[in-house]
Amino acid sequence: MKEIYLDNNATTKVDEAVFEEMRPYFCEMYGNPSSMHFFGGQVQRKVDEARGRVAALLGASPDEIVFTACGTESDNAAIRSALEVFPDRRHVITSRVEHPAVLTQCRNLIQKGYRVSEIGVDGEGRLDMEELKAIVDEDTAIVSLMWANNETGVIFPVEEAAAIAKAKGALFHSDAVQAVGKIPINMANSRIDMLSLSGHKLHAPKGIGVLYLRRGTPFRPFMVGGHQEKSRRAGTENAAAIIALGKACELAGLNMELENTQVMALRDRLQNELMARIPNARINGGGAERLPNTTSIAYEYVEGEAILLLLSELGVCASSGSACTSGSLEPSHVLRAMGVPFTCAHGSIRFSLSRYTTAEEIDTVIRELPPIIERLRRMSPFGREFLKGQG
Amino acid sequence: MWDYTPIVKDHFLNPRNVGDIADADAVGEVGSLACGDALKLYLKLDEQKERIVEAKFQTFGCASAIASSSALTEMLKGKTLDEALAISNQDIADFLGGLPEEKMHCSVMGQEALEVAIAKYRGHELPASAHDHEHAPAYPDQEGVVVCKCFGITDVFLKKVIETNRLTTAEQVTHFTKAGGGCGGCIPRIKELIAEVMGKQPEEPRKRPEKLSNMKKMQMIQEVLEKDIRPLLWADGGDLELIDIDGPKVQVAFRKACAGCASSGYTSRVVEQKLRDLVAEDIVVEEVAG
Repeated sequence: MKEIYLDNNATTKVDEAVFEEMRPYFCEMYGNPSSMHFFGGQVQRKVDEARGRVAALLGASPDEIVFTACGTESDNAAIRSALEVFPDRRHVITSRVEHPAVLTQCRNLIQKGYRVSEIGVDGEGRLDMEELKAIVDEDTAIVSLMWANNETGVIFPVEEAAAIAKAKGALFHSDAVQAVGKIPINMANSRIDMLSLSGHKLHAPKGIGVLYLRRGTPFRPFMVGGHQEKSRRAGTENAAAIIALGKACELAGLNMELENTQVMALRDRLQNELMARIPNARINGGGAERLPNTTSIAYEYVEGEAILLLLSELGVCASSGSACTSGSLEPSHVLRAMGVPFTCAHGSIRFSLSRYTTAEEIDTVIRELPPIIERLRRMSPFGREFLKGQG
Repeated sequence: MWDYTPIVKDHFLNPRNVGDIADADAVGEVGSLACGDALKLYLKLDEQKERIVEAKFQTFGCASAIASSSALTEMLKGKTLDEALAISNQDIADFLGGLPEEKMHCSVMGQEALEVAIAKYRGHELPASAHDHEHAPAYPDQEGVVVCKCFGITDVFLKKVIETNRLTTAEQVTHFTKAGGGCGGCIPRIKELIAEVMGKQPEEPRKRPEKLSNMKKMQMIQEVLEKDIRPLLWADGGDLELIDIDGPKVQVAFRKACAGCASSGYTSRVVEQKLRDLVAEDIVVEEVAG
């Protein structure tokens, strides 16, 4: 069975060109970039090149790029650093719909005596900017808000939020793991101090991340030890993965337009056709500005895991904000924060496309999903009542 | 990816006995849209009203909820009502070749719907049901006090499930009943219920001793630091080392993430409070370099 992979917000295929770029750095050019000899030096030059490529995608300067192990590490490093830089500021601000990499860390801070504010969102998943304005104070060490939401694709006005934070002297961090490579990002004209990205969301391998650190931003490292990354992140560089990420960023830049035309058109077709063919469904965050590759649709009277497994039987890989797939029992914190009605909060399915997604694959889903929903509704006591009501 | 047995998968992909029975003798309905799963079970009895001749179901829920319902209806056919009542949630799970522990609540839901159906048929009082409609008790006069407000689950029901399945941790109780799986606010109460069922009282809170020799005091300080404090710091990547004890003065040096951490002042106070609570009231913790 050939898979139809529509779960690119979870992880992506490593681009063949990216893999080729990293391949020689395992068995042939395996030197340590920090070594003085030529064998390490040749790796160092490739790492520098990669740093330049990542910086180019972000509109940043190469010395603002710190390689880490993953998006989660970057998020953790950014928030911890801000608290060490501002020991007298005891307020941390984030949103209710952040990724656990940010949210868990913020909530843990409460036990350490910090005040933690989580900004709410409206029914479309849009950030409550008025709440943010009202709540940022002189006691705020850091405001951390995601660039785009992983479940719904809703984009936050991070530049505007950064300006609000900076006005009170707080640092601003954005978890841009879902945004980088999908929408243009230009740190040259930005007020954002720190930004996280993750390689495996943009066709690089797993295990490589970046913390963008604006020049002049005070920083205390999370990992200490050697002098790597200008002492901002100790530990021998994951050279092959860094080189891969450099290539992936170069390709992301080249494919940016495609992402926002071809991929977006496929996403729109998928969502419009599904909405036309399946009654009692709603697009989560459909009224907000969203990533071009993501659509999350909630179907009333059915449960997400059952939908996912029936799709999986057909080779279709998607994801669900539903409780039963994540090991927790309540619908996703994102959908709850958005106030998605309980009649459909359990039945949300997210499709996330990539530049590899084909029209045929989208056609298959458009053909196969409606009967799956119909079948589960016929089995569900609530769905049956609903179908009867429909005649 | 849940690790389902081939039997679970088969009953999910090809569920048996889906539908309703227009002239059912007994109908049991548990769960709600808000809970994320619900089951409506229909039973038809033979002419003597002794044995179940037909069982059908409608289920809203995940794959294992559908499979558990399908399995239950197969198990019920040909059984007397008393034989049916003897079916436990574990029997349903066993029939399916086992369920992941996180999904045991699906088998509990099946067993529960069965109890409700038979109780209603016999005109008995309804059992204390776990599942609710829109977060209010499904049966206003049900036994017990609601423990888990997110899922509307009562203490009487929880104790029954804890006892039947010999559950020992709050996490297991969540997997079997969902209680505690929402906001988590009831987890302390769930722990108490486990203790009650196990016939044990929750551990007495430790108290500091009345009088202490210097020797004993130093020993206790070391113990508290080792067992109560360092593991907490490790969780955050930190550590501390005991440097000296001089009368009430306890000198510690912070290590790893705690070293030079902005909140080490706060950490010192936490350590001090813990030592005051458990060893002696007059202890003063000092942070030293070293």
